[in-house]
Amino acid sequence: MSLSLDQDRPVPSSKAGDQPSGEVSLRHVSKVFPGRTGWLDKMTGRSSKDFLAIDDINIDIEHNTFVSIIGPSGCGKSTLLNIIAGLSYASSGSVTMDGQPIEGPGPDRGMVFQNYALMPWMTVVDNILFAVQTVFPKMPLAQQELIVQEHIQLVGLEGAERKHPHELSGGMRQRVGIARALAIDPQILLMDEPFGALDALTRGFLQEEIERIWERKRKTAIMITHSIDEALLLSDKIILMTRGPAARIDEVLEVPFERPRSRDSVEAHPAYRELKHEMEQHLYRETRAVEASRLG
Amino acid sequence: MAAVGRRARKRRKKSLPGGENTKAIGVFLLSLVVLLGFWEIGASSGWFAKGMPTASLTLKELWWWLTNPFFNNGPNDLGIGWNLLISLRRVAIGYISASVIAVPLGILIGISPIASKAFNPYIQLLRPVSPLAWLPIGLYVFRDSEQTGIFIIMISSIWPTLVNTCFGVANVSKEYLDVAKTLGTSKLRTITHIIVPAALPNIVSGLRISMGIAWLVIVAAEMLLGTGLGYFIWNEWNNLYIPNILVTIIVIGLVGIVLDQVFAYIERIVSFGRKSA
Repeated sequence: MSLSLDQDRPVPSSKAGDQPSGEVSLRHVSKVFPGRTGWLDKMTGRSSKDFLAIDDINIDIEHNTFVSIIGPSGCGKSTLLNIIAGLSYASSGSVTMDGQPIEGPGPDRGMVFQNYALMPWMTVVDNILFAVQTVFPKMPLAQQELIVQEHIQLVGLEGAERKHPHELSGGMRQRVGIARALAIDPQILLMDEPFGALDALTRGFLQEEIERIWERKRKTAIMITHSIDEALLLSDKIILMTRGPAARIDEVLEVPFERPRSRDSVEAHPAYRELKHEMEQHLYRETRAVEASRLG
Repeated sequence: MAAVGRRARKRRKKSLPGGENTKAIGVFLLSLVVLLGFWEIGASSGWFAKGMPTASLTLKELWWWLTNPFFNNGPNDLGIGWNLLISLRRVAIGYISASVIAVPLGILIGISPIASKAFNPYIQLLRPVSPLAWLPIGLYVFRDSEQTGIFIIMISSIWPTLVNTCFGVANVSKEYLDVAKTLGTSKLRTITHIIVPAALPNIVSGLRISMGIAWLVIVAAEMLLGTGLGYFIWNEWNNLYIPNILVTIIVIGLVGIVLDQVFAYIERIVSFGRKSA
């Protein structure tokens, strides 16, 4: 079964940067949230129509690339990520990873949540160790603890090992979230607005940390964001989505900045202003249309 | 947010060195003196019911009973310590067996939305029933006052724990469950490592409410049994010696505070910065 397969997977190491990680491919993916159409709802007058969240999405994400998805609020970005994570299902179309159809959640995809989703009753170590022990149940404890320690170092949380989440700042909590997602050595890292709940300073600091960590691991990463600067700093490709309902992909931008990047080097690049302008235009247009449709 | 609140509270305690607390204790002591004084004067001048004991007599009796808790001159003349232990033992047996049933059952029902809805009517029907309504049923089934007492404790302290456990388990944050799913956690491991610890604050506050109820009910239940604090009150009523009834009321109250504080302490331990319900 999958348990024995898990055991054979390579132990994550900090020099894993050159091994290829997952490729994701979405073909004609749509998601419909069914409305209330049952006879009971009809009788009580609470029936509602089906809601088409995303419509005919086609994406190819190559291995070891960092892809951001950006779009106005309510455009189905999170729905898309949840479909890739296996937490939600596409109503039609196919979603594959390394050629295999995605049929549910699994540890080959590490997820970073917007609100951290740390277990409050577990310490920093226990939160990460829980993930490691769930994914590598037969690994000797010493080795599991080594992986945990390695990832605590990777995200710079030495000294906070025995603290509980409520004793940490938001930025530190998200570091734990990132360490937990990476510790299970996923093929692909999924991040749902990972810095959305952080203040601007912490956010900027953590973005640079992610850039540093990503340079070391270079795992395929898909990130949902609202921030243009964040997307430009981190991504190889930026997917611009239109407003919902029936959100589509408007455009895919290639980000040509060489790595490793820093905020300064990115902003100094000749293509930076043009890319930023294009994204601003897109988001402005879509957001205005969303507001207009709500008013109308 | 809760962590911030706690820190703020700590700071307040530090910056006002006992300011608020000193005042509160002052007001408490003052009101106590006024109350006892009113009681003392009122009782000796006959403002209240005939034969109402004075405060000083009650306190003297309280002191005597507390300093001689363990004597045994037969079942109708037993030290208050023995009676307390007897009551505590009954509460412990009834309450623990109620908890042993309520917590696992609550988890089972809470996990399944269908079971939650299907069994909810039973719980809602039986929960508001007065414990004493079970008394004839208990006596009829067990034909033994001791077992009936324990049965009443059990049947009345089962509901808060059951309801709270169900609620806690059914309302575990979706985020925690998503984490478990993305890691591919097995169902059993999700229950033991995620759902139960996540619901623990609710479970413990259910246990706390149940404890309070068990302690409320034991006095009523023991009025038909031959021993315990409830019987002690009944016996003193038959002796028409009111001071000892008041002494027992004070003792019951004090023990209730201690029991409640034990659970308040456990609640704090399992909350980890979360606001407990």
